[in-house]
Amino acid sequence: MTVDPVKQIRAERRTSPAIEVRGLRKSYLGRTVLDGIDLTVETGETLVILGGSGSGKSTLLRCMLGLERPDAGSVLLQGVDLLSAPPREVKELRQRIGMAFQGSALFGSLTLAENVDLPLEEFTRLPLSTRRIIVRIKLALVGLQDALDRYPSELSGGMQKRAAFARAMALDPDLLFCDEPSSGLDPVTAAGLDRLLVNLREVFGVTLVVVTHELQSAFAVADRLALIHRGRFRVMGTPDEVRACQDRVVRHFLDRVPEEDDEDDERYQRLIRGWESER
Amino acid sequence: MLEQTLRHVGSMVETRLAEVGRTARLAASAAERILIGPWRGERLRLRSTIAQLSRAGEGSLPLVAMIAFLVGMILALQSAHTLRQLGTVRLVADLVALSITRELAPLITAILVVGRVGSAIAAELGTMRVSREVDALVVMGFDPVSFLVVPRLLGLVLALPCLTLFADLVGILGGAVIATTVLGLGVPGYWSDSLAALRLDDVWSGVIKSLCFGAITALVCCQKGLDTRGGADEVGRSTTSAVVRSIVLVIVADLVFTAWFYLRE
Repeated sequence: MTVDPVKQIRAERRTSPAIEVRGLRKSYLGRTVLDGIDLTVETGETLVILGGSGSGKSTLLRCMLGLERPDAGSVLLQGVDLLSAPPREVKELRQRIGMAFQGSALFGSLTLAENVDLPLEEFTRLPLSTRRIIVRIKLALVGLQDALDRYPSELSGGMQKRAAFARAMALDPDLLFCDEPSSGLDPVTAAGLDRLLVNLREVFGVTLVVVTHELQSAFAVADRLALIHRGRFRVMGTPDEVRACQDRVVRHFLDRVPEEDDEDDERYQRLIRGWESER
Repeated sequence: MLEQTLRHVGSMVETRLAEVGRTARLAASAAERILIGPWRGERLRLRSTIAQLSRAGEGSLPLVAMIAFLVGMILALQSAHTLRQLGTVRLVADLVALSITRELAPLITAILVVGRVGSAIAAELGTMRVSREVDALVVMGFDPVSFLVVPRLLGLVLALPCLTLFADLVGILGGAVIATTVLGLGVPGYWSDSLAALRLDDVWSGVIKSLCFGAITALVCCQKGLDTRGGADEVGRSTTSAVVRSIVLVIVADLVFTAWFYLRE
């Protein structure tokens, strides 16, 4: 029996780590934003990347998604390098990736139903009637089944974030990235989103990478946590290992102790924050 | 002092050249998607293109009609003043027809479309950029050039020649109203003089210009919008810059085309 080599490669990719980051470096104006990041995320795992404002976590996320070209190092998603793979392969991979942006990034000119339907219309050959059912299911998953025809501007911040999840889940992705999913939300809505993330992993087996600075949410959803500080991981491990870590920076972050006598750190954070808002 | 000035000028030139380079790259990418894309199985977004065409064309129609009509009237009055002194008032028809079709209709239509549609394109894409909607498209596997730029480019390139032909007609009509009511010329005589003065080349030269003006407006405004970084104030800055740059480039292109048509004759 002959084996289709393409199918074999794909099967191997699915069993290999979902994400592999090796020696990732990124600098801006002579300051290092990411300083040799190494990271492996296994299939079906939830990794939470913690860090203060301007720590480099959003830049790491942008590099992982291929939105930013690193100065050195590589990022492999399911074995594919987004920056060097052939366009067809990249396009195929992107359909297996979902991203819920911090500010939701819903298309303001489209209703929620149209937002969720957009990837389905573009990348599947499903008839409209089937797509409508999928859109309803995805929006019901985040409790927005009654807001199908509403525009993003008519929704609260929490509803927009949940709608962004529905759109990110439209094509049933293998990998889901979330940037600050619960920031700016009231505690009840934030807890609802955390529960949604746990359900996505447990029910659909999605590999999750969550970037946040909300400690409660981070420990609620993570299989593993990594704390990034000045472009480097200070700790990476299970929630218990991170809680037990005695590193000064990690303790300050977890115990919410402000960094003292560190003007340079503040200057660094301002620089990186300014740069990240420009991207 | 001199060194500082030279450095400032040099950096300004460098920035402008980099912008021209980015616009040229965007033009090449869009042309590739339009001309080669369909042969590779990539679809042109017809629904989106028609929406853009309608926004640029149908939406601009009343404004273009009003301005072209007024310009036709002004031109007739201004030229009558000089021609009457020479005893050749009848030539108002020729002058209005030629000026409108060869120069004023394509130029004024383009400037109106830059202000009305180009600014909207730059602001829309700029807002999409700063609110991460463009990033969302990329992450989902959409090509921003195919999805955002090509429909706007095709919409403007198709809309402007149609608007220009419409402006030709309405501008000549504006001239006719003045010629018959103020200058005392007869309607049939005015129309026959206008038609006799016009050659098909005159109309075509305006149409060819307007095709190019449409492409310039769409590409500059799309590039400015997609280049926007930061927040709401940057969207405003990009929009202003897109409008100013488009108008300047449209006028420069107009000069090049006019010189080319003149030398050909």
